[in-house]
Amino acid sequence: MAEPITVDERPARALTGDAEAALARRSVSLSPRRQALRRFLRARVAVTGLVLFVVIALLAIAAPLVARHSPDAIDLLARNQGPSWQHWFGTDRTGRDTFARTVYAGRVSLAVGFVAVAISVGIGAVLGALAGFFGGLTDGIVMRFTDLIMTFPPIVILLTLAAIAGPGVGMTMLIIGILNWPLPCRLVRAKFLAVREQEFILAARALGVPTRRIIVRHAFPSVLDVLIVYASLGIATAILLEAGLSFLGLGVQPPTPSWGNLLNVAQNVDILENQPWQWMPAGAAIILTVLAVNFIGDGLRDAFDPRTNG
Amino acid sequence: MGRYIQRRILISIPLLLAVTMLTFGLLQLTPGDPLDSYVPPDQPLPAAQRAALRHELGLDRPLPIRYLYWLKETLQGNLGYRAKNGDAVGPAILHRVGPTLLLMGTALVIGIGLGILLGIVAAVRQYSIFDMLLSLFAFFGISLPVYLAGLLGLYLFALRVGWFPAGGYSTPGVGFSLWDHIHHLILPAAIIAINYVASTMRYTRSAMGEALNQDYVRTARAKGLSERVVIGLHALRNALLPVATIVGAYLPNLLSGAVFIESIYSWPGMGRLFLDGVDSRDYPLIMGMTLILAVIILAANLLTDIAYALIDPRIRYG
Repeated sequence: MAEPITVDERPARALTGDAEAALARRSVSLSPRRQALRRFLRARVAVTGLVLFVVIALLAIAAPLVARHSPDAIDLLARNQGPSWQHWFGTDRTGRDTFARTVYAGRVSLAVGFVAVAISVGIGAVLGALAGFFGGLTDGIVMRFTDLIMTFPPIVILLTLAAIAGPGVGMTMLIIGILNWPLPCRLVRAKFLAVREQEFILAARALGVPTRRIIVRHAFPSVLDVLIVYASLGIATAILLEAGLSFLGLGVQPPTPSWGNLLNVAQNVDILENQPWQWMPAGAAIILTVLAVNFIGDGLRDAFDPRTNG
Repeated sequence: MGRYIQRRILISIPLLLAVTMLTFGLLQLTPGDPLDSYVPPDQPLPAAQRAALRHELGLDRPLPIRYLYWLKETLQGNLGYRAKNGDAVGPAILHRVGPTLLLMGTALVIGIGLGILLGIVAAVRQYSIFDMLLSLFAFFGISLPVYLAGLLGLYLFALRVGWFPAGGYSTPGVGFSLWDHIHHLILPAAIIAINYVASTMRYTRSAMGEALNQDYVRTARAKGLSERVVIGLHALRNALLPVATIVGAYLPNLLSGAVFIESIYSWPGMGRLFLDGVDSRDYPLIMGMTLILAVIILAANLLTDIAYALIDPRIRYG
C-alpha cells in the first residue's frame, strides 16, 4: 500500500516536481486527509502488531516469572474453579492453573512456529535456488513435486503424516515444516529465474567465480526480502497448523501444554459450555498471535514492495 | 476445449498413481505392525493364528506386490475392507460424501456470495468508514482459525443463546424434515464460510477497485449508463476473473475446514471418517480416503479452469 511518495507528512504544496505530480495523479480518488489517514493506519497497524507480538513472546519467554503456579502442579482440592485472584484464568479438571498452562503453552506453540518455518524456508530456499538457477530437468522435477504437494488439502497430508510419525513436539515441527516448503521454494525459484539472466551473474561467471559461490553470495541476497515476508506470514500458518493438529489430539501431547491441546478439552461439551475459562485463553492467545504476525507480515510486504496497493 | 479436458484427465492418472503409491509407501513406515489394527488390543492372538491371519490378509508379501494387489482391487471398484470393523471401504466413504459436499457447498455459496457482495460495496465506497470496518472484519476473519470459530460458534449460538442445535445432521427420531436439516446445516456452514467471506471480499475489493479505474468504465459512465449497469455489468465481469482464480484455491482448504467442523459439530461426513481412520490406523480406509479426496480435488481444479474460460472469453484452452 506504500504510496509513490516518500515525503509523507509534509503538506502537498511543499512537495516538488515528480512527487507532486505523483500525488496529483493519485488524489483523483482520494482527499489528502484520507490518504494521510490510510498511511497512518497502515503504519500504525504494523507497529501495533510488532508490539503485540513482542509482548506475547516476552510473556512466553518469561513464563516462570509471570506465572505464579507451575503448569504441571496438580491441586485436587481446586479442580474446575473459575477465575479468581489466586488463579487468574481458573483451573482445569486436575486443578492445574490455566494461566500458567497458557503462558507455558506459548513457549511450545511459538517454538513450533519458528522451527517449522525455519525448516520449510531451509528446504524451500535450497531446492528453489537449485531449480531456478539450473533450470531444465532439476527445475522440472522440483516443480512437479511442489505441484503434487500443493494440490492436496494440507490437513489430509498432515493427518496422514501425523498418523505415520506419531505425535510429539519435534515431530509436529518436522511435519509442518515439510508440508510448507513448496511455497518458499516457488518464490525463490521465480526470483532466481529472473536473477540468473542479469549482468552481474554473467560477470561473476566470466570472472570464474564457482557456481556455489555465485548462488550463495551473488544471487541469494536478492531473495532475502521475499523470504522474510514469507517467513513472517508462514509463522502464523505454522502456529495455526500446530494448534489444529494438537486440537485433534495428533500434535503436541499433554501434559506438555500447547495452545492447540489446551483447546482440545473444549471438545467436551460440558467443559465448552460450563468451564469456558479452560479453553478461551488459549483461543485468545492463538488469535492475538496470528493477528500480530499477519499485521507485521503485511507491513513488511508493503515496505519491501512499493507496487503493492490495496 | 474437449481435447483440453481429455488431456487434463489423462495427466491426472499418473498423478493419482503417484499419490496412492506415496501414501501406501509412507503407511508402511509406521512404527508397529499393521496387523495390530485388525486385532482388538485386549484380545491378543497366539503367534500361530497371527501368522495365519497375516498370510490371509496378504501382509506377509513384499510391498510392491501388496500395492499392485490393492491397485487391482481398486480398479475393479473394490477399495478393500476396513481393518477396524470389516466394512467395505468404498460404500463406507460414499455414504459420507453427501453430507460433506452439502456442508462444503453451502459454505462456499455463503462465502463467495456474501464476499463478492461486500467486496463490491467496499470497492465502490472505498476508504469510507464502512470500507474500513469491512477491512477490519476481513483481517479478523482471515486470522480466525476454523476450529476456534467452530468452538466459539457452538458456545455462543448453540449452547448460550440456543438458536441452533449443538451439532448432528438431523434430530434423531424425527422423520425427514427439510427445515430440520437446514437448521442443523446453517451454523457449521456459516462458520466454515467466515474465512471465505473475508478473503473473497478482499480480492473482490481490490479487483473491483482496479476495474473501476479502467478507461472502459469511464467510457460507460460518459455515455450516460446508470451506475448500477456500470458496476454490475461492465466492471464486475472483469473483476470476477481474479476472484475465480482464488475460488479454485479454496477447495483444498474447504476440505480441511470440513475435517475440523465435522469433528466439532458431530457432522457425519468424510472428515470424521478420516479422523476415525487415522485414530485407529485403519490403512485400507486411509488409502481409500486419500484416493477419493485426490479425485475430488483434481476434478475441482479442472472445473475451476473450465470456469475461467466461461467467464473470460479471452481464455482459450487448445
